[in-house]
Amino acid sequence: MDAIMLQEKLVERLLCPRVRTARQKEKQYVGFATLPNQVHRKSVKKGFDFTLMVAGESGMGKSTLVNSLFLTDLYKDRKLLNAEERINQTVEIIKHTVDIEEKGVKLKLTIVDTPGFGDAVNNNECWKPITDYIDQQFEQYFRDESGLNRKNIQDNRVHCCLYFIPPFGHGLRPVDVEFMKALHEKVNIIPLIAKADCLTPNEIKKLKDRVREEIDKFGIKVYQFPECDSDEDEEFKQLDKELKECTPFAVIGSNTVVEARGQRVRGRLYPWGIVEVENQSHCDFVKLRNMLIRSHMHDLKDVTCDVHYENYRAQCIQEMTSKLAQDNRMESPIPILPLSTPDVDTEKLIKMKDEELKRMQEMLNKMQQQMHDKDQ
Amino acid sequence: KNKGLQVLKANSGFSSGGSTLLGYIGIDTIIEQMRKKTMKTGFDFNIMVVGPSGLGKSTLVNTLFKSQVSRKSAGWARDEKIPKTVEIKSVSHVIEEGGVKMKLTIVDTPGFGDQINNDNCWEPISKYINEQFEKFLKEEVNITRKKRIPDTRVHCCLYFIPPTGHCLRQLDVEFMRRLSHSVNIIPVIAKSDTMTIEERQEFKQRVRKELENNGIEFYPQKEFDDDMEDKSDNDKIRETMPFAVVGSDKEHQVNGKRVLGRKTAWGIIEVENPNHCEFAQLRDFLIRSHLQDLKEVTHNIHYETYRAKRLNDNGGLAGGEPLNGLSLKKQRLFFI
Repeated sequence: MDAIMLQEKLVERLLCPRVRTARQKEKQYVGFATLPNQVHRKSVKKGFDFTLMVAGESGMGKSTLVNSLFLTDLYKDRKLLNAEERINQTVEIIKHTVDIEEKGVKLKLTIVDTPGFGDAVNNNECWKPITDYIDQQFEQYFRDESGLNRKNIQDNRVHCCLYFIPPFGHGLRPVDVEFMKALHEKVNIIPLIAKADCLTPNEIKKLKDRVREEIDKFGIKVYQFPECDSDEDEEFKQLDKELKECTPFAVIGSNTVVEARGQRVRGRLYPWGIVEVENQSHCDFVKLRNMLIRSHMHDLKDVTCDVHYENYRAQCIQEMTSKLAQDNRMESPIPILPLSTPDVDTEKLIKMKDEELKRMQEMLNKMQQQMHDKDQ
Repeated sequence: KNKGLQVLKANSGFSSGGSTLLGYIGIDTIIEQMRKKTMKTGFDFNIMVVGPSGLGKSTLVNTLFKSQVSRKSAGWARDEKIPKTVEIKSVSHVIEEGGVKMKLTIVDTPGFGDQINNDNCWEPISKYINEQFEKFLKEEVNITRKKRIPDTRVHCCLYFIPPTGHCLRQLDVEFMRRLSHSVNIIPVIAKSDTMTIEERQEFKQRVRKELENNGIEFYPQKEFDDDMEDKSDNDKIRETMPFAVVGSDKEHQVNGKRVLGRKTAWGIIEVENPNHCEFAQLRDFLIRSHLQDLKEVTHNIHYETYRAKRLNDNGGLAGGEPLNGLSLKKQRLFFI
């Protein structure tokens, strides 16, 4: 904040006519170098939002990891279903929202949970509710963006999906491959190796190599870290390189605090030792947290907006124009979107907006007519 | 312990109104004779391992029998693909200890629970078990029978439950429900070094409750307890099951001794340390105390159930044997 104030003072002085000599000295300096700080201040005021999806079979430690990452207790009142109750359960989508504030910066964090994924005996297309949900969010944003009132668009698009791979297998299972292939062009997928405390360092390395190999083999596009700018310092570049070679991250989460080496840390207490969640030699939790929150949160959002959403939008428009060409209808100025999942509320909203459009159109026509008459 | 053989203790000069034994006859030496014979012929043991891939089935079997008896050699087979349907692969080894030879057959079931759609993935396994019963039955009803019918029936099925920490999955319940009446199922919690002791106890409790709610009787089944002594022993075992195990075929140095274990950044998990996992208990239970009982229950209960069903269905087999009104009560049979 100090740097901002300093630069603001500088700008003030430049624009202030009183201190002439100073201004003449700093003639070269215009002052828009402070723009990033202005943007920074405005965003801090507005606050950020981030939507994170967690997917994977039950019992992979998803909820525990989310609690560990954001130091919250989002799943306090959760009841675990037993096997019988799960028989008729389909994959659900459950959202938890929490507002976190740290050093004046507000974050509205939404966690999208997917209970039931991969739990049934027959898991054919168990990812369909998830792809449908992601598409729905894109569609809603598309409508809002094309609408008339764009002041308060809510961005519910999923910015990142953490996919939990079980550590027990020898690599990716068929369900993992199919899930990631269905989602890799809709959302940023970050694969994680769950419950990594049951693997020795050697086994972790083998599994990571195997998973990376299979991701390449099946052509799955997971989230790629952006390349470092060439003007970043060597230390940063080195860290970045290490980060990239470490994927997929082998993580451990914990809801409990234990005493290790004289300190109280988040960890798991076993008869043979204590696993510390934040110890880099124990697991990659710290790397994941740094990457997800401290360095690449914004990039994840950017990629979602610029790549995934744009792909969706282009596809949508293409479908619509081809449909319109088929139907041979008059091209309307505002596109009429095909409904994928019509429900009562969106229908009403659409009707309202349609009527609003009609009225606007009529008014425009009237005005045009008036002007035309006037000219004549 | 040797059930079913009553040994008269010869007490010279003691009259009980029945038989008076004066002097030592030597009936008790029959145990020794049996023992010698068993050692010569050796015996068979067939164990099946079921569970999704990667749960350490092969490693555990190797650790149990302290030899490389599983289908895979130590280490991952890099090019091994998950088969599209469940396959049944069996491997036999003859291992020897203290003069006793055992022909150990491990039946592996790769592909179980690995697909996206696992409907009916238990069918190939059920079919295999019944086929072995059928083979034995055919040999038994033959006019000229072999002196010793080769026994390929599955004596024990180790079912590996993934250590999710929550509860049983649908697939687990479906499998165990369908197969607990044709084979002795021993559920084990695989790779249990992923759970703390508390989590492990809670998980086991939940699993036991679910098994009870679904009417699944795992081995040792309550209804086959012979007497009070059996019952109290088996009750203790039933309370600890399913055993939470960790397997390893690598040795490490701990406190000056070489032990089997897994070395992690935060400590060494000792496989045979009862404070770390229940492998030692499983091994003692499976091999040192209940091996013979597993075979007996398979022969006297599961095989007889199958046989009765077959005979009732067919109204007699190709030997023309009339139906004998079989009772399904547990019979005492010796088989050598």
